[in-house]
Amino acid sequence: MRLGKIRETAMQGVFFLTAITSIAAVVIICIFLFCNGIPAMAKIGFSEFLGGQKWSPTNVPPSFGIFDMIIGSIYVTAGALVIGVPVGILTAVFLARFCPASLYKVLKPATELLAGIPSIVYGFFGLMVIVPLIRQYFGGNGSSLLAASIVLGIMILPTIIGVSESAIRAVPESYYEGALALGATKERSVFKTILPASKSGVLAGVVLGIGRAIGETMAVVLIAGNQVQIPKSITDGVRTLTANIVLEMGYSTGLHREALIATGVVLFVFILLITLSMQAIKSRSENHG
Amino acid sequence: MDKFQIQSMNLHYGKFHALKNINLNMQKNKITAFIGPSGCGKSTLLKSLNRMNDLVEGCKITGSLKLDGEDIYGNMDVNVLRKRVGMVFQKANPFPMSVYDNIAFGPRTHGVKNKKQLDEIVEQTLKDAAIWDELKDRLKKSALGLSGGQQQRLCIARALAVKPEVLLMDEATSALDPISTGKIEELCMKLKNEYTIIMVTHNMQQALRVSDYTAFFLLGEMIEYNDTDTIFSSPKEQKTEEYITGRFG
Repeated sequence: MRLGKIRETAMQGVFFLTAITSIAAVVIICIFLFCNGIPAMAKIGFSEFLGGQKWSPTNVPPSFGIFDMIIGSIYVTAGALVIGVPVGILTAVFLARFCPASLYKVLKPATELLAGIPSIVYGFFGLMVIVPLIRQYFGGNGSSLLAASIVLGIMILPTIIGVSESAIRAVPESYYEGALALGATKERSVFKTILPASKSGVLAGVVLGIGRAIGETMAVVLIAGNQVQIPKSITDGVRTLTANIVLEMGYSTGLHREALIATGVVLFVFILLITLSMQAIKSRSENHG
Repeated sequence: MDKFQIQSMNLHYGKFHALKNINLNMQKNKITAFIGPSGCGKSTLLKSLNRMNDLVEGCKITGSLKLDGEDIYGNMDVNVLRKRVGMVFQKANPFPMSVYDNIAFGPRTHGVKNKKQLDEIVEQTLKDAAIWDELKDRLKKSALGLSGGQQQRLCIARALAVKPEVLLMDEATSALDPISTGKIEELCMKLKNEYTIIMVTHNMQQALRVSDYTAFFLLGEMIEYNDTDTIFSSPKEQKTEEYITGRFG
């Protein structure tokens, strides 16, 4: 009896420790980022850093304006959504409501496999396939906003498909039957009753996809061109916040290095906002059944 | 006049023989009730009338089911069939949208786009379903906020909005309190002037109160079919008598 009690207490301690690990990791990362990033921002000047359009860290005197890269990250993410959201949601609808069981056995693992492919492989695929195609059909050198959007659009598919599909499956069958019983076709019943009823779950999938897209680095850095500029067309090159960090971290020192960490802080704030909106969506969908 | 004619109909769910040699004609502008213990096949028969059984995998039907002489399982477009033969489910299933959009869903499905016309349909249907006074100020509110009884009457209204000829009611009051049940029964009596109503019920008092004809089912067979008064006062079959007097089921 007493041995059992000791064991239970010990196991509770183990569980507590494991639970604390992830929280500790988040806290330590926060501290690291903000302790290094905020002073750098202060030194550069907050508006100069966030709103400045000149990034020349090795000039004398240097300029550290990341505005173009903030816009770059937003453009690339938006481009990925334009491609990934319609394809992802329609795929989820197909998988949940239209797919024959035999096809499902192939399609579902295929979409899951998509999630497991390392991002460097996506980047490689983009570089060898997408970039030359864009060069051929749209002109420019191919490494561009468009290339990054296409590859990121594919990369966020598994997230959107997975979350949306389970949201669609969670909708009560009675809505579907009710629509059919009114003489609606299967398509209309699905798109006018089931899909709207699953909208908060689908939206959660999209938000997760945004998080994935904005944080993606390796694939983007290979195919986006990485010029510091606000792209004027989709075939222009673009540099994202993540690309900026990975490109320059290797050789940076002093304030330059701190400015890159501050770039990380901005990225972190983006992710924080996305996570918060995710929580808001979740609690809203819980309140509304 | 016969609205439905069913001849030597058999229904299998996979290997299970759920309905055995059913022969039944149901009259227009009357209320027909299907009674019988759970699993006797009465809901299955009801769902065959608007082909909702098509959704059940392995469901196979032989024999003939006709609506106004037209074969239901023949060339008839299933969506047209379901427009003509509306259905109210056991559990109220309003869509998660406003009261207005719930009613307008059917008409929109069948091509009504004009806003004024939709407004008229919504108002008229809710009046027909005797729920206009309760809901007229909440048309834009979510239907999920209504009480269970209101939801079910909204579903009846939603079914009426596509102007069906028949209304199938699958234990439509079994989840409701007596007052709501009473309102729906009253509504059925009013509606039968314009619609043919077929209801499945577990409540024998309800069948007796509301229906003109009653069919008694047991283990997939139709034991007896007659006008309701005869069934309840002098049933021909012993099994019917045992069931309605509460000796089994």
